[in-house]
Amino acid sequence: MTDTVATPVGPSAPARPFRQFVDRVRLRRSSTGVSDAGWGRTLVAAIVSIIYFFPVFWIILTSFKTYEDALAVPAKFFFTPTLENFVHVFNRAYSAGGPVQNTGFALYFFNSLFISGVSVLLALAIGTVAAFGFSRYPLRGNDTYLFIILTTRMLPAIVVIIPIFIMFRVTGLAGTYAGIIALYTMFNLPFAIWMMKSFFDELALDVEDAARIDGSSDVRVFFKICLPQVLAGLAATTVFGLILTWNEFLFALLLSGVETRTVPVAMSQTIGGDIGVRWGLLAAIETLFLIPVIIVTFALQNQLLRGVTFGTIKR
Amino acid sequence: MSTIELRGVTKHFGAFTAVRDLSLSVSAGEVVCLLGPSGCGKTTTLRVVAGLERASAGDVLIAGKRMNDWRPDQRNIAMVFQFYALYPALTVRENIMFPLHVERLEPQTAAGRVAKVARLLQLESVLDRLPSHISEGEKQRVAVARAVVRDPNCFLFDEPLSRLDVELRQTMRSEIKTVLRGLSKATVIVTHDQLEALTMADRIAIMRDGVIEQIASAHEVFAKPATVFVASFIGIPQMNLLHAQFEGVENGHGRFRIDGQPTRLPVDPAVAKLAKGQVTIGIRPRALVLDGAASADAIAGRAELIEPMGAETLVHARTPLGSDIRVVVPREIRVNAGDTLRLRTEARETHVFDHSGRAVRT
Repeated sequence: MTDTVATPVGPSAPARPFRQFVDRVRLRRSSTGVSDAGWGRTLVAAIVSIIYFFPVFWIILTSFKTYEDALAVPAKFFFTPTLENFVHVFNRAYSAGGPVQNTGFALYFFNSLFISGVSVLLALAIGTVAAFGFSRYPLRGNDTYLFIILTTRMLPAIVVIIPIFIMFRVTGLAGTYAGIIALYTMFNLPFAIWMMKSFFDELALDVEDAARIDGSSDVRVFFKICLPQVLAGLAATTVFGLILTWNEFLFALLLSGVETRTVPVAMSQTIGGDIGVRWGLLAAIETLFLIPVIIVTFALQNQLLRGVTFGTIKR
Repeated sequence: MSTIELRGVTKHFGAFTAVRDLSLSVSAGEVVCLLGPSGCGKTTTLRVVAGLERASAGDVLIAGKRMNDWRPDQRNIAMVFQFYALYPALTVRENIMFPLHVERLEPQTAAGRVAKVARLLQLESVLDRLPSHISEGEKQRVAVARAVVRDPNCFLFDEPLSRLDVELRQTMRSEIKTVLRGLSKATVIVTHDQLEALTMADRIAIMRDGVIEQIASAHEVFAKPATVFVASFIGIPQMNLLHAQFEGVENGHGRFRIDGQPTRLPVDPAVAKLAKGQVTIGIRPRALVLDGAASADAIAGRAELIEPMGAETLVHARTPLGSDIRVVVPREIRVNAGDTLRLRTEARETHVFDHSGRAVRT
C-alpha cells in the first residue's frame, strides 16, 4: 500500500522538542504581539542595570565611610557606617585642628533648587504655550522658526560662553538669580517647545473642534481639553529639563556669584584642601545632590510611564 | 426657530473646489441626509455649517441669522463627530456636562440635565468612566448625549454610525431617530451609507463633486432618480445601466438597440419628445422578470454568475455583446449558469437618461 504519511523516525525525532519550542514562541508572538520576556532575559537586563547603577551605588556607599575606609585598598564593602560626612557637608574645619565653620552648602542647595525649579517651570510654561501656537496656529515659515529655535542648541556651550559672559557683564546680570534663571530658561526652551509640539501634534483635532462647537474659546480649549491630554509630555519635559539644569556646571561656574553659587560649582571647589581629596565628603554631597532629582522623577513616574500615546483616541 | 439655510455656498481649498454653489434649506424638525461617495464634499458642507471651515462664497443662515463670520462657539449648534471626539481626559459625566458651561447653570440643574440624557441613552452605569474604558457603542451614545444635552439651534451628524458593527448600527439608527423626533430641530446627517440615509432622513441630498445632484424624499430618489449618478448610487443591488441607441416611440414602448439587439421597452411618455441617438437605459434588478416566451420586447442574455442572497437570488447575465445585467429573481426560480435568459421589464420601471445623464421624465 502507498501509505506515505510520515511518522517521525530516526534523526528527525530528537529535533522535535526544539521545534515545539520554536512553534510555541512563534504562536505566543503572533497571537498578541506582546509576550512575557521570561526569566533569562530579565536576568540579563538585571545584570546590565546593576553594571550601570554601580557607580551611583558606590558613591552612596562611600558617603557613609570614614576617611580611612574610603581610601582602603582593597575597597571595603563591609564597614561601620558613619554620618560624619553629611555633617561635614554643612559644617566643618577647613584645616586640621582649625575652627569649625559653616560651609555655605545650605545656601548652595537652596540656590540649585530655586534656580533649577524656577527656570524649568518658566521654560515649561513658555514652551508649552509656544508649542501649542506652533502646532495649531502655524506661522508663515513655521518650520524655519522651529529650526532657528533649535540652532541655539547646536553649538557647544564652550563656544558661546564668552559672548554670553560679556553680555552678562554689560547688563549687570552676572552673579544675579535673574541672570542665571534667564539663561537656563533659554537653554530649556528649545527642548520644551520641540517636545511639547510633538505631543500636541499627536492629539486628535476632532476633539478640539468638538469643544469649540460646544461653546469653548481657544483659551478654554487649550486649558480644559489639550493640556490634560499632554500630562505625560509635561512630566517628561520637566524631568529632562530639571536634570539638565540641575547638573549644569560651566555656565554656573562663570556666571554665578558667591551668593548665587550652585551645588556643582561648590562641589568642584570642595575638591582639594590641605589633607587631599576627601572622597567621603564629596560622596556625601553627591548623595544629597541626587535626592531632589530622584524625588521629582519618582513623583512624575506615573505620568512618564503612561507614555506618549496616553489620552489620544485610538483610530 | 431651528432652521439651516445655505445659499450658493462654495468652498475652495487652494485650487480645489470642494463644494460648488450649493443651496439647501432644512426646516425645523426636518432631517436631511447628505449622501455621496468619499470626497464629494459632504463633510466639508457640514463643517461650513458648523463654522469649522469658512465658506469661500455664499451665505450660511442658522436660525434665520447669517452666521458666515461667527465662530463655532458662537453659533450654538451641536455636532456628533465620526470618531466621536470625546474628551479623553474627562469622564463620561464630564463629557456630557461640558457643553452646559455656556449656559452657566446651577450645578444641580446641570446634573439633572446630564442624568436625564444619560437615562435616555442608557449611560447611567458608565458615567464615571473615562472614554477609553467604554465600548464603541457606548462611545457613540455619549457623543449623542453630549449633543442633545443642550438646546442648540440645530444638530449636525458626521458619519455617526460608521464605526459600529452591523447589529449595533441598526439599534443606534432607530435610537437616534427616536431621540431626534422628540427634539424637532433642523438636523443634517452626513453619510456614505445609503441604507442609513434612506431610513433616517426626511429628505436625501445626493452629492457628487461638490454639487447636489438631487434632493428629494427617500421614496423619490429611489423611484425617480434625476441623474445617472443618483440612479447608480441608490439601490442595492445597483441599477442596470445600459448604453443604447434610441430609435423612437410607438404605443408607449420605446424602440432601442442594446448592443445591436433590437428591443422594445415600456417608457415614460416624455421620452417621445427625445431626439434619436445615444441614451442610457436604467432598469432596477428587481424590475426585470424572466420571460418564458420569446417576445420582441425582451433583452436576451446568458446567465454567468448566480449569487443566492437568502430570500432572493442575484443573477449576473451577459448580453451577446458583453454588457453585464443584474437580475434579482425569487428564490423558487432556479437558474443555472449558462442558461439563456429572456428579460422583460414592467411598465414605468424603465428609466431613460439623455446623453447628458439627466432623466427624461414627465
